[in-house]
Amino acid sequence: MADTVTTDAPKRGERSSDLRIVPLRHWGRIPLGLAVLAALALFLYALAVNPNIKWGVVAEHLTAPAILRGVGVTILLTVASMLIGIVLGVVTAVLRGSDNPVLAYLARGYIWAFRGTPVLVQLIFWYNLGLLFPTIGLPVPLVAEVWVVETNTVITGFTAALLGLGLNAGAYMAEIVRAGLVAVDPGQSEAALAVGMTKGQTLRAIVLPQALRVIVPPTGNEVITMLKTSALVSVISGSDLLTTAQTIYSRNFHVIELLIVVSIWYIALTSILTAGQWALERRLAPGRTVRSTSRREARRA
Amino acid sequence: MLEVIDVRKRFGTTEILKGVDLRVERGSVVCLLGRSGSGKSTLLRCVNHLETIDGGQILIDGRYIGYERRGDRLFEIREREIARRRSEIGMVFQRFNLFANLTAWENVALAPARVRRLAAGQARSRAMDLLDRVGLADKAHLYPNQLSGGQQQRVAIARALAMDPKLMLFDEPTSALDPELVAEVLAVMLDLAHDGMTMIVVTHELGFARKAADRVVMMDDGVIVEDAPPSVVFHHPAHASTRAFLAHWADHSAGTEKK
Repeated sequence: MADTVTTDAPKRGERSSDLRIVPLRHWGRIPLGLAVLAALALFLYALAVNPNIKWGVVAEHLTAPAILRGVGVTILLTVASMLIGIVLGVVTAVLRGSDNPVLAYLARGYIWAFRGTPVLVQLIFWYNLGLLFPTIGLPVPLVAEVWVVETNTVITGFTAALLGLGLNAGAYMAEIVRAGLVAVDPGQSEAALAVGMTKGQTLRAIVLPQALRVIVPPTGNEVITMLKTSALVSVISGSDLLTTAQTIYSRNFHVIELLIVVSIWYIALTSILTAGQWALERRLAPGRTVRSTSRREARRA
Repeated sequence: MLEVIDVRKRFGTTEILKGVDLRVERGSVVCLLGRSGSGKSTLLRCVNHLETIDGGQILIDGRYIGYERRGDRLFEIREREIARRRSEIGMVFQRFNLFANLTAWENVALAPARVRRLAAGQARSRAMDLLDRVGLADKAHLYPNQLSGGQQQRVAIARALAMDPKLMLFDEPTSALDPELVAEVLAVMLDLAHDGMTMIVVTHELGFARKAADRVVMMDDGVIVEDAPPSVVFHHPAHASTRAFLAHWADHSAGTEKK
């Protein structure tokens, strides 16, 4: 075979190890990256030296007792309304699959109404419940109302927030839980029924534990969304983080500084939740059973 | 011990069972053969009330599984009572249906603990005994997805046996298995048959029917067309559909599997 310049064939006496493999060079990446970094630095510099942002005020308020209390309320609202949402969601999802058509349609109606209206509207609605029912009580027909209270003493900004956020979360959680229940192979419940378990035992011991894998990841998302949605309760003086910040800046007019404080807190909490969700999903990942088994066997050995 | 009398079952407008009569004596093994769609699986599922029936009666030791007779009507009974009666019938499914969230021994121990309220330690040691009986004592701590199909099906048999059933129903127990795994499951079933378990087996394994069955029952289009000892059915089939069925599945059993 004749040696020509156009052939890639190895030259006589040449070893492959003498050749170096060079990936495609992207020369444009370096200047572009530098340009973006420069723009970002410029922006941060502009923020840092902006005379309209008093960084001292930001630092001072970041751990102010009022703000910390607001953070506490925001966390409490998130946790409590998600708990309400999860319980309501499981119950609604199970009812939706019930053989009783009245219960099934009731569950559908609940999901329809609470997913179909903005949560902001629901919050304001619950806050103004007193306009619709001035008193709340347990009426006993023909006798008297045995237990009556003024609606406005029960419905504070906080309870209205809890009702609004919890009931709204329940409607979304119901769909998430239902997706999880549907994802479990029907053969699983059939086998459980065949060994003599009741429908309730089957649901608790077999179906729900398996549905969890499908339910947990989107539930984590819901928690993170809820953390930020809870800021909406500022419109009904929910005494959460944003409400507190608004109260403070309405007095000292450091609007931007307090919004920065609020944002720092939200982003910190969201980061923690994201890390938690990541850890939880790793535990529920399909490989989990293999690892937990080997750990169990390691313990036995 | 099992009496099926003129049982009818419809799904929508299609009639799946068109009046089925079948008697199974205690300790006997009945193999149910038939083309797919002939109603064999539906009949099994009616026996333990996984399906309700539209007519006729099914009695086990003189009692209905899902009904109670008052006058000339059969009223469906409460779920808890059905579950209790159903626990006396073991069922093995084509697709194993082992509980995916539980290990092998937990699969076997669950129903005795939850339904029979056996103490945890007792349920566990019984589960271990049963796994040993199906040759899987060393796999007790593995999850279903870590077991082969044949091993899963043997665990499923142990799970059914854990409730001390009077009657075992097998719904095509080897149809979802790779050919080389069929034998281990059939061996466990043969053992059971020799130990005197009352069994109804829906299967295409003619070899198993020949070896283990006291009677072979052939279903076609929702009715029973043949009911006789295997030697009679295999050598002198009375019905044309039986001959066609045997010809088809004899090839399969001989190892020349049709794709």
